[in-house]
Amino acid sequence: MPEPFDYSVVDAALEKCGCKQSAIIAILQTIQEHYHYLPEEAFPYLSKKLEMSEARIFSVATFYENFSLEKKGKYVIKFCDGTACHVRGSVPILERVRSELGVTEKKKTTDDQLFTIETVSCLGACGLAPVMTVNDVVHPAMTPDKAMEVIYSLKVKEESK
Amino acid sequence: MSDKFQTRASLDEARALWKNAYDNQTRKIIVCGGTGCVAGGSLNIYDTLKKLMEKNGINVAVTLEHEPHGEEVGLKKSGCHGFCEMGPLVRIEPQGWLYTKVKVDDCKEILEKTVLEGEYIDRLGYSAAGVLYKKQEEIPFYKQQNRVVLEHCGRIDADSIEEYIAIGGYASLEKALFDMKEEEIIEEIKKSILRGRGGGGFPTGKKWEQVRRAKGDQKYVVCNGDEGDPGAFMDRSIMEGDPHRMLEGMIIAGIAVGATEGYIYVRAEYPLAVKRLQKAIIEAERIGILGDDILGSGKSFRIHIAKGAGAFVCGEGSALTASIEGKRGFPRVKPPRTTEHGLFDSPTVLNNVETFATVSQIIGKGADWYLSIGTANSPGTKAFALTGNITNTGLIEVPMGTTLRKIIFDIGGGMRGDGEFKAVQIGGPSGACLTKEHLDLPLDFDNLKSIGAMIGSGGLVVMDSHTCMVEVARFFMHFTQNESCGKCVPCREGTKRMLEILERIVAGNGQEGDIELLEELSDTISHTALCGLGKSAPNPVVSTIKNFRSEYEAHIRDKRCPAGQCQKLKRIYIDPLTCKGCSACSRKCPVNAISGKIKEPFHIDLEKCIRCGSCISTCKFGAVKEA
Repeated sequence: MPEPFDYSVVDAALEKCGCKQSAIIAILQTIQEHYHYLPEEAFPYLSKKLEMSEARIFSVATFYENFSLEKKGKYVIKFCDGTACHVRGSVPILERVRSELGVTEKKKTTDDQLFTIETVSCLGACGLAPVMTVNDVVHPAMTPDKAMEVIYSLKVKEESK
Repeated sequence: MSDKFQTRASLDEARALWKNAYDNQTRKIIVCGGTGCVAGGSLNIYDTLKKLMEKNGINVAVTLEHEPHGEEVGLKKSGCHGFCEMGPLVRIEPQGWLYTKVKVDDCKEILEKTVLEGEYIDRLGYSAAGVLYKKQEEIPFYKQQNRVVLEHCGRIDADSIEEYIAIGGYASLEKALFDMKEEEIIEEIKKSILRGRGGGGFPTGKKWEQVRRAKGDQKYVVCNGDEGDPGAFMDRSIMEGDPHRMLEGMIIAGIAVGATEGYIYVRAEYPLAVKRLQKAIIEAERIGILGDDILGSGKSFRIHIAKGAGAFVCGEGSALTASIEGKRGFPRVKPPRTTEHGLFDSPTVLNNVETFATVSQIIGKGADWYLSIGTANSPGTKAFALTGNITNTGLIEVPMGTTLRKIIFDIGGGMRGDGEFKAVQIGGPSGACLTKEHLDLPLDFDNLKSIGAMIGSGGLVVMDSHTCMVEVARFFMHFTQNESCGKCVPCREGTKRMLEILERIVAGNGQEGDIELLEELSDTISHTALCGLGKSAPNPVVSTIKNFRSEYEAHIRDKRCPAGQCQKLKRIYIDPLTCKGCSACSRKCPVNAISGKIKEPFHIDLEKCIRCGSCISTCKFGAVKEA
């Protein structure tokens, strides 16, 4: 038997954002902040609490890019693929990182659940292009080597634990 | 002190005190706390300076003190200075010096020389073409600008409502509350010909008037901070650097149209902006600028923050309001307009960040002052985000009607690297590219419209001769296709087909007739798509075909990329003089395209070659080259 799901995080989100249908995006964001993805157990529970169909909640969760229904790695690394970063060569960096970590556009998370590699459309840090973020901390003026250096240092840190 | 100001007089009294404190705090160190400089480590610089100063017995003032003793040194975290290229930036007052590319290790020297001795540190200064510019205002990047909306960004503590009030903040709100009738506020905005800074350029005053006249018990004011255009960050900088000015504009709008509730829709990708806005709203509520019975006027206004969840389409008005309502961000057919059926089906004023940030000055200084800047039909200034292959990337503000030449070569410092100026993409994925022939065109709403472009939210991405325009068009089409919400067929299917065609062109598989097919699809999509984003999606393709048709033709007919950027069109060859004949490349080649005899130069069969480049990285002698 799997462990029963702990709904306290969901309850706290409902408490914080208000138990109303119009707050659904904020509620999902709060849940995702905690789990880094949206656990499927949350959907029927929210459906009951908010008196809206599961399908509608699901439709919102799948429409917006920021929501993920899959578990993510410990470090979520986002590469900006906005125009400025693109013009200054973000693609070769992304390709190098993907090939070295063995992930693709479809398979975003490494097998050891350490890294998730995503692209994001413009972080608005165009002055520092190309940029990547590691768990929302911006790393400016990247090159393929610099990006790999950051990733390796995280790897070393994890292994030494 | 008592928390809430109940009257106008009590706020004025407090302002006088804070102004006195602000004026007496002459010695200041202002560390840039914008996203760019924070990424460069500016918060560590702030902390280090604070510790060092305290250790040296200097009276550090991080807030405004009511009884200044003139001894203290103010240490502030400001919003974005705009000169992101040279960050982290530190401004020293009263001298007005600007230190660039400051590191934590420099803090000790800044303390010892600048703070204690008042000496300038040459090596931290900005120099260009052999000239050292000590003062921020003298630097060519700043000298040519006219900062109206961004006036406070980089000057005041972005987190402090006291400082905002000290330098005259919320005085326009007082004027709107007590000295003007609602109609007069709208008249003043109409007279100023303020046009929406979000891209469309719709007259703001007219919009407000429509909402005021619309029937409905509940009306809303919504601020569009969903700056999704890749390459644009003007709104982010305003929200981070001067949040109160934007709130002031929203409250004035609320009073003018009779709304009591406001929403700010911010992208989730801007966490710092969300944080600063949240703090600004709490502070404004604390002192009674937001909430019930503002300054005893009997008027109420509240502001809520709605965080976006990553959908470009939510920058479109009806999609944005749907998203605030907790639905999928689908645009709907218009009319009815947002001014009649907006948020929760109520009349809604929807303006963007920069527009709201302009309002308080128009009310404060009058429409005539505003009309004196810019051009006749597009008065005022416009903030642009200058990025791409340019020397000085950053945030700038210039009067409407400034030429591209001035922006790129005088303010932007010209091209970065050895490339020659080729084009600039204005208005992001909905915009168009401007070329050499447009360098002397005064940029304003109408001029740009006349050549099929738009100001958009103000992103300027500069591209040089190494940038392939077909690839740029592909990039934007990929973006729009990815962000298409899928509601209407022309956008969902049309952009997909266009993307397929562009992808095959850059891969060297273009066919005769592809350009015409792209033109036909563009025409259909721009006439039949449901919302503005769909309608404008083909713009980058149309304008690159118009201006760079020969590049498309070279890709399709000669299988050649004139800019040398498209990987699949690169020709790989082995230099017979450098090749040692070791056969490493031929063993690595996945399609057996390389052959030759050991110790003699090898040869690549271009018919078989898939241009994967693995031979290039394999060769130890650098004999495999690209042309």
